Amino acid sequence: MTSPGEAEEFEPPYLYPDYKSTVLRAPSRPLVRLPEEWFHNARGPAFGRIPVRSEDADLTQQHQGEPLGERIAVSGRVLDSDGAPVRNTLVEVWQANAAGRYVDPVDDHPAPLDPNFTGAGRCLTNSDGWYRFVTVKPGAYPWRNHPNAWRPAHIHFSVFGPDLGSRLVTQMYFPGDPLMASDPILQSIADPRGIDLLVAAFDWETTTPNWALGYRWDIVLRGRNATPRGI
Amino acid sequence: MPTPSQTVGPFFGFALPFPGDSSPAVGGEALRIEGQLLDGEGAPVVDGLLEVWQGDQFARCRTDAEGAYHFTVHKPSPTPESDGIPTASHLNVSVFARGLLRHLVTRLYFPDEQAANAADPVLARVDPGRRATLVARRDGAVLRFDVHLQGADETVFFAH
Repeated sequence: MTSPGEAEEFEPPYLYPDYKSTVLRAPSRPLVRLPEEWFHNARGPAFGRIPVRSEDADLTQQHQGEPLGERIAVSGRVLDSDGAPVRNTLVEVWQANAAGRYVDPVDDHPAPLDPNFTGAGRCLTNSDGWYRFVTVKPGAYPWRNHPNAWRPAHIHFSVFGPDLGSRLVTQMYFPGDPLMASDPILQSIADPRGIDLLVAAFDWETTTPNWALGYRWDIVLRGRNATPRGI
Repeated sequence: MPTPSQTVGPFFGFALPFPGDSSPAVGGEALRIEGQLLDGEGAPVVDGLLEVWQGDQFARCRTDAEGAYHFTVHKPSPTPESDGIPTASHLNVSVFARGLLRHLVTRLYFPDEQAANAADPVLARVDPGRRATLVARRDGAVLRFDVHLQGADETVFFAH
Protein backbone atom coordinates (compact mmCIF):
# COMPACT_ATOMS: atom_id res chain seq x y z
CA MET A 1 0.00 0.00 0.00
CA THR A 2 1.12 3.50 -0.76
CA SER A 3 1.02 5.95 2.08
CA PRO A 4 0.12 9.45 0.92
CA GLY A 5 3.23 11.26 2.15
CA GLU A 6 5.64 8.81 0.58
CA ALA A 7 4.00 8.80 -2.84
CA GLU A 8 4.20 12.56 -3.00
CA GLU A 9 7.95 12.83 -2.53
CA PHE A 10 8.75 10.29 -5.22
CA GLU A 11 7.13 12.45 -7.85
CA PRO A 12 8.93 15.45 -9.36
CA PRO A 13 7.45 18.88 -8.65
CA TYR A 14 6.04 21.00 -11.46
CA LEU A 15 8.38 23.90 -10.73
CA TYR A 16 12.04 22.87 -10.60
CA PRO A 17 14.12 25.90 -11.63
CA ASP A 18 17.28 23.85 -12.29
CA TYR A 19 15.29 22.49 -15.24
CA LYS A 20 14.73 25.83 -16.89
CA SER A 21 11.78 24.90 -19.06
CA THR A 22 9.67 24.42 -15.92
CA VAL A 23 9.86 28.11 -14.98
CA LEU A 24 7.23 29.42 -17.41
CA ARG A 25 5.33 26.18 -17.82
CA ALA A 26 4.66 24.98 -14.26
CA PRO A 27 1.21 25.92 -12.98
CA SER A 28 1.39 28.33 -10.06
CA ARG A 29 -2.01 27.62 -8.49
CA PRO A 30 -2.69 24.55 -6.36
CA LEU A 31 -4.19 21.67 -8.32
CA VAL A 32 -7.85 21.05 -7.51
CA ARG A 33 -8.40 17.78 -5.72
CA LEU A 34 -11.31 15.57 -6.65
CA PRO A 35 -12.45 12.40 -4.90
CA GLU A 36 -10.13 9.66 -6.18
CA GLU A 37 -12.96 7.39 -7.26
CA TRP A 38 -14.23 10.07 -9.63
CA PHE A 39 -10.90 10.12 -11.32
CA HIS A 40 -10.57 6.40 -11.62
CA ASN A 41 -14.09 6.22 -12.96
CA ALA A 42 -12.82 7.86 -16.14
CA ARG A 43 -12.01 4.67 -17.99
CA GLY A 44 -9.08 4.58 -20.33
CA PRO A 45 -9.46 4.71 -24.06
CA ALA A 46 -9.91 1.90 -26.49
CA PHE A 47 -6.63 1.52 -28.36
CA GLY A 48 -8.15 0.28 -31.57
CA ARG A 49 -7.28 3.53 -33.30
CA ILE A 50 -3.58 3.43 -32.43
CA PRO A 51 -1.97 0.96 -34.79
CA VAL A 52 0.13 -1.67 -33.00
CA ARG A 53 1.79 -4.28 -35.19
CA SER A 54 3.92 -7.06 -33.76
CA GLU A 55 7.01 -5.71 -35.57
CA ASP A 56 6.61 -2.38 -33.77
CA ALA A 57 8.28 -3.91 -30.69
CA ASP A 58 11.58 -4.52 -32.51
CA LEU A 59 13.21 -1.19 -33.29
CA THR A 60 16.13 -2.91 -34.98
CA GLN A 61 13.94 -4.41 -37.74
CA GLN A 62 12.15 -1.35 -39.06
CA HIS A 63 14.51 -0.66 -41.97
CA GLN A 64 16.43 -2.58 -44.61
CA GLY A 65 19.59 -2.87 -42.55
CA GLU A 66 20.38 -3.14 -38.87
CA PRO A 67 21.01 0.01 -36.86
CA LEU A 68 24.44 0.72 -35.43
CA GLY A 69 24.90 0.46 -31.70
CA GLU A 70 24.73 -1.95 -28.84
CA ARG A 71 21.72 -4.24 -29.38
CA ILE A 72 19.61 -4.52 -26.23
CA ALA A 73 16.35 -6.10 -25.12
CA VAL A 74 14.36 -4.08 -22.59
CA SER A 75 11.58 -5.93 -20.85
CA GLY A 76 9.55 -5.77 -17.70
CA ARG A 77 6.10 -5.89 -16.24
CA VAL A 78 3.48 -3.19 -15.99
CA LEU A 79 1.84 -3.49 -12.59
CA ASP A 80 -0.73 -1.50 -10.68
CA SER A 81 0.13 -0.16 -7.24
CA ASP A 82 -1.37 -3.28 -5.66
CA GLY A 83 1.10 -5.43 -7.61
CA ALA A 84 -1.44 -6.84 -10.06
CA PRO A 85 -0.37 -7.09 -13.72
CA VAL A 86 -1.82 -4.51 -16.08
CA ARG A 87 -2.81 -6.61 -19.08
CA ASN A 88 -3.23 -5.64 -22.70
CA THR A 89 -2.25 -2.03 -22.16
CA LEU A 90 -0.44 0.12 -24.68
CA VAL A 91 3.26 0.88 -24.10
CA GLU A 92 4.92 3.40 -26.42
CA VAL A 93 8.68 4.08 -26.48
CA TRP A 94 10.90 6.57 -28.25
CA GLN A 95 14.60 7.33 -28.05
CA ALA A 96 17.74 8.77 -29.63
CA ASN A 97 19.94 6.55 -31.76
CA ALA A 98 23.28 5.15 -30.57
CA ALA A 99 24.99 8.43 -31.45
CA GLY A 100 22.60 10.46 -29.30
CA ARG A 101 20.53 11.90 -32.15
CA TYR A 102 16.74 11.78 -32.53
CA VAL A 103 15.11 11.39 -35.91
CA ASP A 104 12.83 14.26 -34.87
CA PRO A 105 13.46 17.33 -37.05
CA VAL A 106 13.49 19.49 -33.90
CA ASP A 107 16.76 17.83 -32.86
CA ASP A 108 19.77 19.77 -34.21
CA HIS A 109 22.54 17.95 -32.30
CA PRO A 110 25.39 17.48 -34.80
CA ALA A 111 25.59 13.72 -34.40
CA PRO A 112 24.78 11.40 -37.29
CA LEU A 113 21.35 10.06 -38.07
CA ASP A 114 21.23 6.32 -38.67
CA PRO A 115 19.31 5.43 -41.83
CA ASN A 116 18.42 2.11 -40.22
CA PHE A 117 16.96 3.51 -37.02
CA THR A 118 13.84 5.53 -36.29
CA GLY A 119 13.67 4.96 -32.56
CA ALA A 120 9.93 4.61 -31.98
CA GLY A 121 8.07 1.47 -30.89
CA ARG A 122 4.76 0.25 -29.52
CA CYS A 123 3.51 -2.92 -27.93
CA LEU A 124 0.69 -4.23 -25.79
CA THR A 125 1.41 -5.94 -22.47
CA ASN A 126 0.59 -9.64 -22.39
CA SER A 127 -1.69 -11.46 -19.98
CA ASP A 128 0.95 -11.28 -17.22
CA GLY A 129 1.61 -7.58 -17.80
CA TRP A 130 4.91 -8.12 -19.67
CA TYR A 131 6.25 -5.82 -22.35
CA ARG A 132 9.44 -6.35 -24.37
CA PHE A 133 11.29 -4.17 -26.86
CA VAL A 134 14.44 -4.92 -28.86
CA THR A 135 16.42 -1.79 -29.70
CA VAL A 136 19.90 -0.29 -29.52
CA LYS A 137 21.22 1.52 -26.47
CA PRO A 138 20.59 5.25 -26.96
CA GLY A 139 23.51 7.65 -26.74
CA ALA A 140 23.84 10.61 -24.39
CA TYR A 141 23.35 14.01 -25.97
CA PRO A 142 23.92 17.68 -25.09
CA TRP A 143 21.15 20.16 -24.40
CA ARG A 144 21.00 23.86 -23.66
CA ASN A 145 19.67 23.84 -20.11
CA HIS A 146 22.97 24.95 -18.52
CA PRO A 147 26.64 25.09 -19.56
CA ASN A 148 27.93 21.70 -20.72
CA ALA A 149 24.60 20.01 -20.02
CA TRP A 150 24.22 16.39 -21.20
CA ARG A 151 21.22 14.13 -20.88
CA PRO A 152 22.04 10.64 -19.59
CA ALA A 153 21.07 7.83 -21.95
CA HIS A 154 17.34 7.20 -21.63
CA ILE A 155 14.32 5.68 -23.32
CA HIS A 156 11.00 7.54 -23.13
CA PHE A 157 7.99 5.45 -22.10
CA SER A 158 4.28 6.24 -22.40
CA VAL A 159 1.86 3.85 -20.67
CA PHE A 160 -1.92 4.07 -20.38
CA GLY A 161 -3.22 1.57 -17.82
CA PRO A 162 -6.89 1.16 -17.05
CA ASP A 163 -8.05 4.72 -16.38
CA LEU A 164 -7.25 8.41 -16.43
CA GLY A 165 -5.44 8.19 -13.11
CA SER A 166 -3.01 5.53 -14.31
CA ARG A 167 -1.68 7.45 -17.35
CA LEU A 168 2.12 7.72 -17.14
CA VAL A 169 4.80 9.30 -19.32
CA THR A 170 8.31 8.82 -17.99
CA GLN A 171 11.90 7.93 -18.89
CA MET A 172 13.97 4.82 -18.23
CA TYR A 173 17.69 5.23 -17.48
CA PHE A 174 20.64 2.83 -17.60
CA PRO A 175 22.53 1.62 -14.52
CA GLY A 176 25.89 3.19 -13.77
CA ASP A 177 25.48 6.18 -16.08
CA PRO A 178 27.67 8.98 -14.60
CA LEU A 179 25.49 11.66 -16.21
CA MET A 180 22.49 10.83 -14.02
CA ALA A 181 23.91 12.69 -11.02
CA SER A 182 23.91 16.03 -12.82
CA ASP A 183 20.72 15.68 -14.83
CA PRO A 184 18.10 18.10 -13.49
CA ILE A 185 15.22 16.21 -15.10
CA LEU A 186 16.08 13.07 -13.14
CA GLN A 187 17.32 14.91 -10.05
CA SER A 188 14.01 16.82 -9.83
CA ILE A 189 12.88 13.72 -7.92
CA ALA A 190 13.88 14.61 -4.37
CA ASP A 191 14.08 11.10 -2.96
CA PRO A 192 16.89 8.88 -4.30
CA ARG A 193 14.56 5.90 -3.96
CA GLY A 194 12.32 7.55 -6.53
CA ILE A 195 15.27 7.99 -8.87
CA ASP A 196 16.15 4.31 -8.44
CA LEU A 197 12.68 3.42 -9.72
CA LEU A 198 13.60 4.92 -13.09
CA VAL A 199 16.87 3.02 -13.52
CA ALA A 200 16.72 -0.34 -15.29
CA ALA A 201 18.74 -3.32 -14.07
CA PHE A 202 21.18 -5.16 -16.29
CA ASP A 203 19.80 -8.66 -16.46
CA TRP A 204 21.64 -11.87 -17.38
CA GLU A 205 18.39 -13.77 -17.59
CA THR A 206 17.14 -11.73 -20.55
CA THR A 207 20.59 -11.34 -22.12
CA THR A 208 20.59 -13.46 -25.27
CA PRO A 209 23.96 -15.16 -25.90
CA ASN A 210 25.75 -13.81 -28.98
CA TRP A 211 22.86 -11.45 -29.66
CA ALA A 212 21.67 -8.78 -27.19
CA LEU A 213 22.19 -7.47 -23.67
CA GLY A 214 19.13 -7.62 -21.43
CA TYR A 215 17.75 -4.84 -19.28
CA ARG A 216 14.83 -5.30 -16.93
CA TRP A 217 12.54 -2.47 -15.88
CA ASP A 218 9.16 -2.79 -14.19
CA ILE A 219 6.62 0.01 -14.32
CA VAL A 220 4.11 0.59 -11.52
CA LEU A 221 1.03 2.62 -12.42
CA ARG A 222 -1.06 4.49 -9.92
CA GLY A 223 -4.00 2.29 -9.04
CA ARG A 224 -7.33 2.92 -7.42
CA ASN A 225 -5.74 3.09 -3.99
CA ALA A 226 -3.19 5.72 -4.94
CA THR A 227 -3.57 9.23 -3.65
CA PRO A 228 -3.86 11.94 -6.29
CA ARG A 229 -0.71 14.02 -6.50
CA GLY A 230 -0.86 17.72 -5.68
CA ILE A 231 1.32 20.52 -6.89
CA MET B 1 5.58 2.42 -5.26
CA PRO B 2 4.25 4.10 -8.42
CA THR B 3 6.91 4.83 -11.02
CA PRO B 4 7.65 8.58 -11.02
CA SER B 5 6.78 10.73 -14.00
CA GLN B 6 9.29 12.46 -16.28
CA THR B 7 8.77 15.05 -18.99
CA VAL B 8 7.69 14.00 -22.48
CA GLY B 9 10.59 16.21 -23.66
CA PRO B 10 10.74 18.03 -27.00
CA PHE B 11 11.43 15.09 -29.33
CA PHE B 12 8.24 13.00 -29.32
CA GLY B 13 6.84 14.32 -32.60
CA PHE B 14 8.16 11.38 -34.65
CA ALA B 15 6.79 8.81 -32.24
CA LEU B 16 3.49 9.66 -30.57
CA PRO B 17 1.33 11.13 -33.36
CA PHE B 18 -0.54 8.57 -35.49
CA PRO B 19 -2.77 8.88 -38.55
CA GLY B 20 -6.09 10.49 -37.68
CA ASP B 21 -4.97 11.00 -34.09
CA SER B 22 -6.88 14.22 -33.47
CA SER B 23 -10.14 13.19 -35.12
CA PRO B 24 -11.83 10.15 -33.58
CA ALA B 25 -15.25 11.40 -34.73
CA VAL B 26 -16.17 10.72 -38.32
CA GLY B 27 -19.51 12.00 -39.60
CA GLY B 28 -22.51 12.45 -37.37
CA GLU B 29 -22.51 15.51 -35.20
CA ALA B 30 -18.76 15.88 -35.04
CA LEU B 31 -17.56 18.88 -33.12
CA ARG B 32 -14.35 20.73 -33.88
CA ILE B 33 -12.43 22.12 -30.93
CA GLU B 34 -9.52 24.50 -31.47
CA GLY B 35 -7.18 26.04 -28.97
CA GLN B 36 -3.73 27.21 -28.11
CA LEU B 37 -1.34 26.03 -25.42
CA LEU B 38 0.33 29.04 -23.80
CA ASP B 39 3.06 29.52 -21.20
CA GLY B 40 3.28 31.98 -18.30
CA GLU B 41 4.25 34.84 -20.60
CA GLY B 42 1.50 34.05 -23.08
CA ALA B 43 3.97 32.57 -25.55
CA PRO B 44 2.76 29.58 -27.56
CA VAL B 45 4.03 26.18 -26.44
CA VAL B 46 5.13 24.73 -29.76
CA ASP B 47 6.23 21.35 -28.42
CA GLY B 48 3.21 20.26 -26.44
CA LEU B 49 0.92 17.26 -26.77
CA LEU B 50 -2.71 17.17 -25.74
CA GLU B 51 -4.84 14.09 -25.25
CA VAL B 52 -8.59 14.07 -24.97
CA TRP B 53 -10.47 11.07 -23.70
CA GLN B 54 -13.99 10.41 -22.66
CA GLY B 55 -15.85 7.15 -22.94
CA ASP B 56 -14.73 5.41 -26.11
CA GLN B 57 -13.19 8.50 -27.61
CA PHE B 58 -9.45 9.05 -27.53
CA ALA B 59 -7.68 11.80 -29.43
CA ARG B 60 -4.17 13.12 -29.44
CA CYS B 61 -2.80 16.30 -31.01
CA ARG B 62 0.67 17.76 -31.07
CA THR B 63 0.78 21.55 -30.92
CA ASP B 64 2.04 23.35 -34.02
CA ALA B 65 4.35 26.34 -34.53
CA GLU B 66 1.63 28.61 -33.08
CA GLY B 67 1.01 26.35 -30.10
CA ALA B 68 -2.33 25.48 -31.71
CA TYR B 69 -4.15 22.16 -31.51
CA HIS B 70 -7.49 20.89 -32.72
CA PHE B 71 -9.78 17.96 -32.08
CA THR B 72 -12.79 16.61 -33.89
CA VAL B 73 -14.89 14.65 -31.42
CA HIS B 74 -18.47 13.76 -30.62
CA LYS B 75 -19.91 15.67 -27.73
CA PRO B 76 -20.03 13.10 -24.94
CA SER B 77 -23.20 12.34 -23.07
CA PRO B 78 -23.26 13.22 -19.39
CA THR B 79 -21.67 10.52 -17.25
CA PRO B 80 -22.44 9.87 -13.61
CA GLU B 81 -19.44 9.78 -11.30
CA SER B 82 -19.03 6.50 -9.47
CA ASP B 83 -21.09 7.64 -6.51
CA GLY B 84 -24.01 8.36 -8.79
CA ILE B 85 -23.81 12.15 -8.83
CA PRO B 86 -24.73 13.37 -12.33
CA THR B 87 -22.12 15.45 -14.10
CA ALA B 88 -22.28 17.79 -17.06
CA SER B 89 -20.91 16.70 -20.44
CA HIS B 90 -17.17 17.18 -20.49
CA LEU B 91 -13.95 15.95 -22.03
CA ASN B 92 -10.91 14.94 -19.97
CA VAL B 93 -7.87 16.75 -21.32
CA SER B 94 -4.26 15.79 -20.52
CA VAL B 95 -1.39 18.12 -21.33
CA PHE B 96 2.22 17.03 -21.91
CA ALA B 97 5.19 19.23 -22.81
CA ARG B 98 8.86 19.85 -22.41
CA GLY B 99 9.11 21.53 -19.02
CA LEU B 100 6.21 19.57 -17.54
CA LEU B 101 7.85 16.98 -15.31
CA ARG B 102 4.36 15.56 -14.75
CA HIS B 103 1.49 15.91 -17.16
CA LEU B 104 -1.46 18.10 -16.31
CA VAL B 105 -5.12 17.10 -16.34
CA THR B 106 -8.00 19.46 -16.94
CA ARG B 107 -11.58 19.25 -18.20
CA LEU B 108 -13.38 20.89 -21.08
CA TYR B 109 -17.03 21.79 -20.47
CA PHE B 110 -19.50 22.95 -23.10
CA PRO B 111 -20.86 26.53 -23.28
CA ASP B 112 -24.39 25.44 -24.26
CA GLU B 113 -24.84 23.45 -21.02
CA GLN B 114 -25.26 26.27 -18.56
CA ALA B 115 -27.77 24.52 -16.31
CA ALA B 116 -25.85 21.25 -16.23
CA ASN B 117 -22.57 23.09 -15.67
CA ALA B 118 -24.10 25.00 -12.76
CA ALA B 119 -25.02 21.69 -11.12
CA ASP B 120 -21.77 19.88 -11.93
CA PRO B 121 -20.04 18.57 -8.78
CA VAL B 122 -16.54 19.03 -10.21
CA LEU B 123 -17.07 22.64 -11.28
CA ALA B 124 -18.58 23.21 -7.83
CA ARG B 125 -15.17 22.44 -6.32
CA VAL B 126 -13.47 25.07 -8.43
CA ASP B 127 -13.09 28.69 -7.31
CA PRO B 128 -16.01 30.48 -9.05
CA GLY B 129 -13.61 33.08 -10.42
CA ARG B 130 -11.67 30.39 -12.27
CA ARG B 131 -14.51 28.17 -13.55
CA ALA B 132 -14.60 29.97 -16.89
CA THR B 133 -11.15 28.53 -17.71
CA LEU B 134 -12.83 25.12 -18.00
CA VAL B 135 -15.67 26.11 -20.33
CA ALA B 136 -15.02 26.26 -24.08
CA ARG B 137 -16.24 29.30 -26.04
CA ARG B 138 -18.37 29.18 -29.17
CA ASP B 139 -16.37 30.76 -31.99
CA GLY B 140 -18.34 30.50 -35.22
CA ALA B 141 -18.44 26.87 -36.29
CA VAL B 142 -15.89 25.69 -33.72
CA LEU B 143 -15.44 25.61 -29.98
CA ARG B 144 -12.40 27.40 -28.64
CA PHE B 145 -10.53 26.11 -25.58
CA ASP B 146 -7.15 27.62 -24.77
CA VAL B 147 -4.93 26.14 -22.08
CA HIS B 148 -2.85 28.61 -20.06
CA LEU B 149 -0.18 26.75 -18.11
CA GLN B 150 0.54 29.68 -15.82
CA GLY B 151 -0.35 33.30 -15.12
CA ALA B 152 -3.43 35.44 -14.58
CA ASP B 153 -5.59 33.28 -16.86
CA GLU B 154 -4.11 30.00 -15.64
CA THR B 155 -6.33 27.04 -16.49
CA VAL B 156 -7.62 25.00 -13.59
CA PHE B 157 -5.81 21.67 -13.37
CA PHE B 158 -6.77 18.67 -11.26
CA ALA B 159 -4.58 16.59 -8.97
CA HIS B 160 -4.15 13.11 -10.41
